[in-house]
Amino acid sequence: MEATKCPRCTVKKSDREIIQGFGKERGNLLPILHALQDNSRYVAAEAMEEVADWLSIPVSEVYGTATFYSLFDMKKKGQFVIRLCDSPPCHIEGAEAVKRAIERKLGICEGETSKDLRFTFENVSCIGLCGVAPAMMINQDVYGNLTPDMIPGIIDKYCEEEL
Amino acid sequence: MAFYRSHILVCSGTPCILKGAAAVQSALVKEIERKGLANEIRVVETGCLGISEKGPVMVVYPEGVTYCHVTVADIPEIVEEHLLKGRVVNRLVYKDALNTAVKAPEPARQKEQRVILKNIGVLDPTSIEEYIAYGGYEALGKALTEMTPEEVIATVKESGLRGRGGAAFPTGLKWELTRKSDGDNKSIICNADEGEPGNFKDRLILEGDPHSVIEAIIIAGYAVGAKMGYVYIRGEYHQSVSHLELALVKAREMGFLGKDIFGSGFDFDIQVFKGAGAYVCGEETALIESLEGRRGEAMVKPPYPPTQGLWGQPTVINNVETLANVPQIIVNGAAWYKALGTEKSQGTKIFSPCGDVLYPGVYEVPLGATMREVVFELAGGTKSGKQFKAALIGGPSGVCVGKESLDRHFAYEDLSPGAGAVIVVDEGKCIVDLIHNCLKFFVHESCGQCIPCREGTKRMLELADGWISGQGKPEDIGLMTELAEGLAISSRCGLGQVAGTAFLTSLNLFADEYKAHTENAVCPAGVCSMNGGNADNG
Repeated sequence: MEATKCPRCTVKKSDREIIQGFGKERGNLLPILHALQDNSRYVAAEAMEEVADWLSIPVSEVYGTATFYSLFDMKKKGQFVIRLCDSPPCHIEGAEAVKRAIERKLGICEGETSKDLRFTFENVSCIGLCGVAPAMMINQDVYGNLTPDMIPGIIDKYCEEEL
Repeated sequence: MAFYRSHILVCSGTPCILKGAAAVQSALVKEIERKGLANEIRVVETGCLGISEKGPVMVVYPEGVTYCHVTVADIPEIVEEHLLKGRVVNRLVYKDALNTAVKAPEPARQKEQRVILKNIGVLDPTSIEEYIAYGGYEALGKALTEMTPEEVIATVKESGLRGRGGAAFPTGLKWELTRKSDGDNKSIICNADEGEPGNFKDRLILEGDPHSVIEAIIIAGYAVGAKMGYVYIRGEYHQSVSHLELALVKAREMGFLGKDIFGSGFDFDIQVFKGAGAYVCGEETALIESLEGRRGEAMVKPPYPPTQGLWGQPTVINNVETLANVPQIIVNGAAWYKALGTEKSQGTKIFSPCGDVLYPGVYEVPLGATMREVVFELAGGTKSGKQFKAALIGGPSGVCVGKESLDRHFAYEDLSPGAGAVIVVDEGKCIVDLIHNCLKFFVHESCGQCIPCREGTKRMLELADGWISGQGKPEDIGLMTELAEGLAISSRCGLGQVAGTAFLTSLNLFADEYKAHTENAVCPAGVCSMNGGNADNG
């Protein structure tokens, strides 16, 4: 099916293929958004229009749903997203000092993306690693029992990978 | 199944993974292959073995020799000496304080009574054959071939099992209500959206024993007459998702899912559904909205899910831990289960003490255990050696208790365990700072739908911002109390209703500390910066 709604917008071919791989039930909205996020590291506005079309729901509902959940991004984040937990168990074990070490190392503040699009750093709510607090995830890699002096070494590993 | 002379269990609990267990495991597998032992020795990745602080850890069976602090460099020696020549590598053996070799599990673990976690760290979570060999799917067979749905419900009711996600609703009753509701498209939802800070038990079950949850969901489906089961799981729990999906494939291959299970005429299937980072989706009506492809906003109750849930049809929503109890209740009977725990609170409960404790982790004990047992005997007391000061029971949405409560019992008639988190702080920590952090969490996680919660949590955080930065005023305490109580009665769902609970329960216990912050701009523990204006304290 061709998207006809907005001739100016062009959906990435791979995004379109992903969308059309799903059934047209409303319940597929979150799985589709997950797949789009995995594909492009964000959910493009054009892709959301296509999703709305595919599921026969208003674009506003797709947008409203996508922006509700913190794992979906509306603009491209860094190749590596550093998610540092700041919920109570990590907070009391020193997450704040770790946060400052990450900011120092990356030269960006919490909530920002580095100019070269390599890193995005954000604070998140509990990631279920309270047994090894303070903890963070870099994409799917898990790090725990963090201290500020561990940060440069961990981040350096991700600086070596090609963008 | 092939016959192996030795099995090596390599702990894949998070602490061990952090210490490099994955590299150790792959080195071990390679070395075993290189020595041509692959047909004789099997390497099994297993859930947490419970000596996380000594990771990476592995146990060689049948001897039961536990090696700790194993590095990749140690692998050739272990393979050459122990596996090939049968000589234990003494320098790596896990020893206790008296220098005696300890066989797994470690002594502290012997205080536990593992019912739900009995398979964790014992069998390979990726192997359905091992689960079956340990008695898995026996309960499903019994339920489907020997019991009527009504008998299954009666057994669960009789056992006294209650919801382990925090609300403690009787499970059997929930099933019965759903069974009796009209609807030909009922569902079972397993709530695996574990997001309450301090709770990490469901992750362990899903990663270490996924089949126990699947088996329970099928039994629940049979009992209430459902056609589909869903596991709503946190998007952040990548390993849980992959273990569960693999387990579902295997269960389907074995015929435990699909059409006409065990020739009983019962059709059922299960689907994994990934959440997308919204704490509020742990609330059952918000979870249903999310499953239906909408914003995770809580609905007004009633109607409750047992009468009108997913797609408007009767739905059971149970927590992971709740479900993990079910197969054993079916196999061993209600009377066996009732003998565990106290008279009014049956069964065991999984606790996850964390924060300032020596051995944070996941422990299972019968209900009725005291807080002292959980914090000191299981978790080893405070790691700093400082005095125990307070604990958040169940997490930020639970109650704050002090040392006066150490001898209270975790039971529904005494100190309700919530979902099992016990976030401990020692004397060096500041209660006001802790409560401020809890409020930050609620502001971030409020879904924004109802005004009391959306606005109230923000106003509460603003007050607390002032307290930790030396900008507090004496009248703030009264205002905060009013807000907290107001949210409790006017918020639509549990999130807003409990946002002020930790503050309210800590107020009397630590009145002096609150007073010092709001009246004198002093933080007695020296944690808050009190530098005026800058709320982002260290």
